[in-house]
Amino acid sequence: MNAITVANLTKRFGGFVAVDGVTFDVERGEIFGFLGSNGAGKSTTIRMLCGLLEPTSGVAVVDGVDVGRDPEGVKQRIGYMSQKFSLYEALTVDENIHFFGGVYGLDRARLDARRRFVLDMAGLAGRERTRTSDLAGGWRQRLALGCAILHEPRIVFLDEPTGGVDALSRREFWKLIDRLSDDGVTVLVTTHYLDEAEHCNRLAIIHAGKLAAIGTTSVLKARFADRTIVEVRTGNPIEAMRQLDATADVEKTSVFGTAVHAVLRRGAGDRASALASRLESAGLHVEGVAAVQPSLEDVFLDVVQHAG
Amino acid sequence: MTRVLRTIAAVGRKEFRQIGRDRRTLMILLIVPVFTLLLFGYALNFDIRHVRLAVDDRDRSAASRSLIAAFVNSGYFDLVAGVDASEATRLIDRDEVRAVLVIPSGLSRALQTGRAAAVQVLLNGDNANTATMVMGYAVTIVRSESAKYAGPARPPLISIEPRLWYNPELRSALFLVPGLIAYIAMITAVVSTALSVVREKERGTMEQVRMAPLDAASFIVGKTVPYFAISLSSALGIVLVSMLLFGMPMRGSWPMLITVLSLFLLGALGLGLLVSSIADTQQVAFQVAVLVSFLPTIMLSGFVFPIASMPRVLQLITYGVPARYFLVALRGILLKGVGLATIRLELAALGIFAGVVLLLASVRLQRQWG
Repeated sequence: MNAITVANLTKRFGGFVAVDGVTFDVERGEIFGFLGSNGAGKSTTIRMLCGLLEPTSGVAVVDGVDVGRDPEGVKQRIGYMSQKFSLYEALTVDENIHFFGGVYGLDRARLDARRRFVLDMAGLAGRERTRTSDLAGGWRQRLALGCAILHEPRIVFLDEPTGGVDALSRREFWKLIDRLSDDGVTVLVTTHYLDEAEHCNRLAIIHAGKLAAIGTTSVLKARFADRTIVEVRTGNPIEAMRQLDATADVEKTSVFGTAVHAVLRRGAGDRASALASRLESAGLHVEGVAAVQPSLEDVFLDVVQHAG
Repeated sequence: MTRVLRTIAAVGRKEFRQIGRDRRTLMILLIVPVFTLLLFGYALNFDIRHVRLAVDDRDRSAASRSLIAAFVNSGYFDLVAGVDASEATRLIDRDEVRAVLVIPSGLSRALQTGRAAAVQVLLNGDNANTATMVMGYAVTIVRSESAKYAGPARPPLISIEPRLWYNPELRSALFLVPGLIAYIAMITAVVSTALSVVREKERGTMEQVRMAPLDAASFIVGKTVPYFAISLSSALGIVLVSMLLFGMPMRGSWPMLITVLSLFLLGALGLGLLVSSIADTQQVAFQVAVLVSFLPTIMLSGFVFPIASMPRVLQLITYGVPARYFLVALRGILLKGVGLATIRLELAALGIFAGVVLLLASVRLQRQWG
């Protein structure tokens, strides 16, 4: 049985369709990533899966429980953590753990055991009496995750869990997610850091409320199997883009940091050197031109553009 | 069942800790009530003392001196000048005195021969309330002074003997303190409860808690119990301080007092929860909470303005103001020591109000809980 089964899930707010007939499955123990720009419908989908929002139509079964019929049953089986790391800042580490243990109905013995586990996991042993407001972002984020899994849920929803946290803490956090997954916990995570998305076993890209693409990263990247991506480095990326867009072989261009990625049309083959000479003849200083493997960002932009 | 109690206890304990560490909430709950009580108790004293008095004594006799002495010894008047008629007007115009006592030249002769004599009191009427009170003092003093001359030979055939019960000296503190208790308890309970729920909405902790298998009722009960306990202690504290500082009597029974306070506070907490279900930011919650608690409690409860003298429409509105019933019950218990039978209608009204707002608030919060 899948951890999560979603069929034709739809949510309307008045005339606005926030989530439009989304269908997908998540396997047990999988790290499943949700990609999409702000307002694409990621959070609305998660909130329906968590039993917080009633679906307008469609079915979502989470850990064997129909979300529409038994939202309370779903809450018992899942953990949820949002980008805001919603802990009580006036309370200490220990008091937060006790509070969330209490609202999840843990008895004393189980709470003691889980408290130890969470303190270890978050690396907060010895800092039990620190006010949560005094913790740095990374610690707070790990404590929030710990509080969300006190009741040992089989499925964990993380809604942009790494927002506003430094790169090192993000890496540490993903180690925790990997550990959870190793223990058989299913993790559904939304993010807009595309480097993080590479950690996921499978990804779903959501655009304008619709599921635009789904699959492992290699499946997603396969959409570029018959198209070449050329990375162009010049002193003037804006002018380079203008020149490239005017070239017949180039399907589209996009800026990647200081470089420009040009997607070539099907059948155009590897024409990197031809592009370089064209740019130089236009008076641009070309520092480097090379065909590159598609990154998730290329995939994301391509999917969103075609989903239009 | 134990599970439900455990979740409620977890919420309650968390709330107590938060209150204890949040200086703003602590201020609202503990400092503000006492401060308000002292401020109003001392500053908002409707008693008038040290009225500046000038005397135009045209009789200059033992009788006139005795009358002047009676004014001064009453403690309400300070004699600042002896004047003649023209100067009296000038002093009142310049607000150097608020009252002038004019004693006619025939006073002592009239008294000796048993004829009636009139003395005149000129009052500055620019503040009608003060003038009315000062006139009351003056009439009382003159009346008791004139009683001396009635003598056994000519007892007054008919005399009015007004007697005031419960507050014989008409000390306004005794009248004010129950109103203050209503006002303070209402504001602290409504504002602090509303803020505590809306704060959780603002900071996102509400959403985190909603993700837990915890129903809205447990959350609300767990959140309300600490505020109930604290506002009840705070209200009892105000009663005790009033007894110590303002000599307020407590003639009724304590269990009765606690019952009335509890019913009133439950209504206030319910109102706070209702406000929190409407407002999404602490700022809005604060404004709405003050508006719905402060204005009706001050204006429409009979605390400041007598209900009987309000326009008919406003009188009807006062039936929906819990402080109206609370004031009657509280004054009854504190000043008169009345029992259950006397204030059962007020108790019922308070109970109905609490029931209705708590029901409305939980329906609304339940719907938002999802």
